[in-house]
Amino acid sequence: MSKSYKDNMPITAKKFMEEFRRYEKGSVSRRHFMGVTGLGTAAAVLGSAMPSMMPKSAKAGSLGDRLIFSTWPNYHNPVNVENFTNDTGVNIQINAFGSNEEMLAKLQAGATGWDVFVPTNYTISNYVDLDLIQELDLSRIPNHDPSSQNPMFADPATVNGKVYAVLKNWGTTGIVYNSKNLKNGPTSWKDFFDLTMGEGSGHTIVHDYQLTTIGAALCANGHSFNSVDAGELEMAEKLLIESKPHLFAITSDYQPGMRSGDAWMSICWNGDGLQLNKDLPEMKYTLASDGGEIWSDFYCIPKDAPHVDAAYAFINYLLDPKVQVLEFESHGYATGDTRVEALLPAETADNEILFPAAKLMNGLEFGAANTLTDPIRAEVIARFKSA
Amino acid sequence: MTDNKKGSWLTVALLTPTSMWFLFMLVMPMIVVVIFSFGERSAVGGYVASFTFDQYANLPARLKAFTNTLTFAPIGTFLSLIIAYPLAYYLAVKVDRRWRLLLLVLVIVPFWTSLLIRTYAWIFILGGRGIPTLLEFIGLEGIRMINTPFAVYVGIVYGYLPLMVFPIYVSLEKLDKNLLEASNDLGGTPWRTFMQVTLPLSMPGVATGCMLVFILLMGEFLIPAFLGGGKIFFLGNALVDLFVQSRNWPFGSALAVTLVIIMVVTVSLYMRLTLGGKNGRDQSLM
Repeated sequence: MSKSYKDNMPITAKKFMEEFRRYEKGSVSRRHFMGVTGLGTAAAVLGSAMPSMMPKSAKAGSLGDRLIFSTWPNYHNPVNVENFTNDTGVNIQINAFGSNEEMLAKLQAGATGWDVFVPTNYTISNYVDLDLIQELDLSRIPNHDPSSQNPMFADPATVNGKVYAVLKNWGTTGIVYNSKNLKNGPTSWKDFFDLTMGEGSGHTIVHDYQLTTIGAALCANGHSFNSVDAGELEMAEKLLIESKPHLFAITSDYQPGMRSGDAWMSICWNGDGLQLNKDLPEMKYTLASDGGEIWSDFYCIPKDAPHVDAAYAFINYLLDPKVQVLEFESHGYATGDTRVEALLPAETADNEILFPAAKLMNGLEFGAANTLTDPIRAEVIARFKSA
Repeated sequence: MTDNKKGSWLTVALLTPTSMWFLFMLVMPMIVVVIFSFGERSAVGGYVASFTFDQYANLPARLKAFTNTLTFAPIGTFLSLIIAYPLAYYLAVKVDRRWRLLLLVLVIVPFWTSLLIRTYAWIFILGGRGIPTLLEFIGLEGIRMINTPFAVYVGIVYGYLPLMVFPIYVSLEKLDKNLLEASNDLGGTPWRTFMQVTLPLSMPGVATGCMLVFILLMGEFLIPAFLGGGKIFFLGNALVDLFVQSRNWPFGSALAVTLVIIMVVTVSLYMRLTLGGKNGRDQSLM
């Protein structure tokens, strides 16, 4: 982009990003919207489709000029993405996804063109079995320091002694509720469904995601979050279908409904809980006493990634502790990396949404690999939605 | 070479691109879908070759998606029609020529933005902080709009109205005004003139508009997902689910084949009923 061209623009790119970030601070749901709708992707595609729009960087060349990155909504700091592009000349096209199943479906269908993507712990061994991701050459990711990683979260990266992934963030799946509407908030998944079919009828959101929605129903019945037992799944399906007339919505995009006041309670990831609680203090995030999910997300490179060099450079850049701090400020998820935790403000360590008390964590389970591909779970969620 | 032969060569040359497109982009994928529908889901999802009717036998598991689609599609089409007709009539017959073009452009303008974004906007309009808050000012409290059948119908009418307006507009615009005067001269009341002259002559436009809207509605998934909160489930949603979430390609294919069969049957019945009347054979759609 030449200087004169910039001068004629109604708003400079830098100014636009500043304004955009200000806007972001006010409304997270809008950001979520951009991610979910692929509007961000659309902009990225448009940008990369027009060679004259590409920033001409002095360093451009060695890594190529583009990278396709599949991740989750509200999960990255735009400043970091922009800086990487400025430093390397690599333009990043971001695709935002709603579930791991959706990512798997795309990879199974083939020819995604993805260079880096962000899967959750329980999917990695499946991707290895299906030969969809490559073993990582850690010497090309010097910012990755195994000794600074919390093994509890980082372990799923290693399958059969080989490292296929590096840790991004970790978090929990619990309940967010509006304490103005529900004076006695839920403390368990059993409460969650009782309130849904009682006092809070018509005001509950469950995810459009088999792992968390079926998992919540299983826990409410006293079963494991990860069960693939046909009988237990049948009971979970019964509970879900029984509660369906009382639901406000089945969607993983739950922030708009919670913010508008239509929904009083939702299955919730803790980072979203933190975002909601920051803007609306009456929004409380809680873990359920009868179970739930603890998860970690990773960076992986698909087997057929077209820009492997750029992929390594991008992952390495994102693992720089200073970059990770900026990422945290944007999405609010913990890192599991002691180097980053040392750089965060002291009060962060006391935040219970980020770092729940150990006694609440004990009941949580990591998603199990077989839930991803289990045909019964897939069919239960589909039947529940079409019931 | 005779003229006749030249003509046939020309015909072949002109038809080749279309037939190739039709063959590679429609017929072949459809054959793949049919083949898949007799297969099985592999253990990790996807497709395994097989020959079984299990997928078709499992169709009742999506009964609600069928009944929802077959309720919302015709009612949504009808609602679009009764709202679009007066608008098209106004644009074609009543409005001053000077304004006509501007008003027509206004009907198209929404198409410049993706339906997805416009539908998402309705989430906020119909949500708790939108119209229901305004209604509270006039004393109507506790009205839920979003994630109800009402919201889905609003989304359908909003999204599909232009597709209904234009065919009707085109057929009304071609209407010979002398016929209306003649009816008037012969003592016909405005109502009778409308029922016996205007409406029958605009039927091709009505039929085309209804068909466009109905066919697209049968495959709709975005509006029920956004404005029905995922609780109002169409066949389109079932298909998205089976391919994108549960990766059950064979069952998804069986559902798709069934949907195509339903469409072919209903659309041909519909064409027979609306256009196959007394002089149906020589009536064109537009």
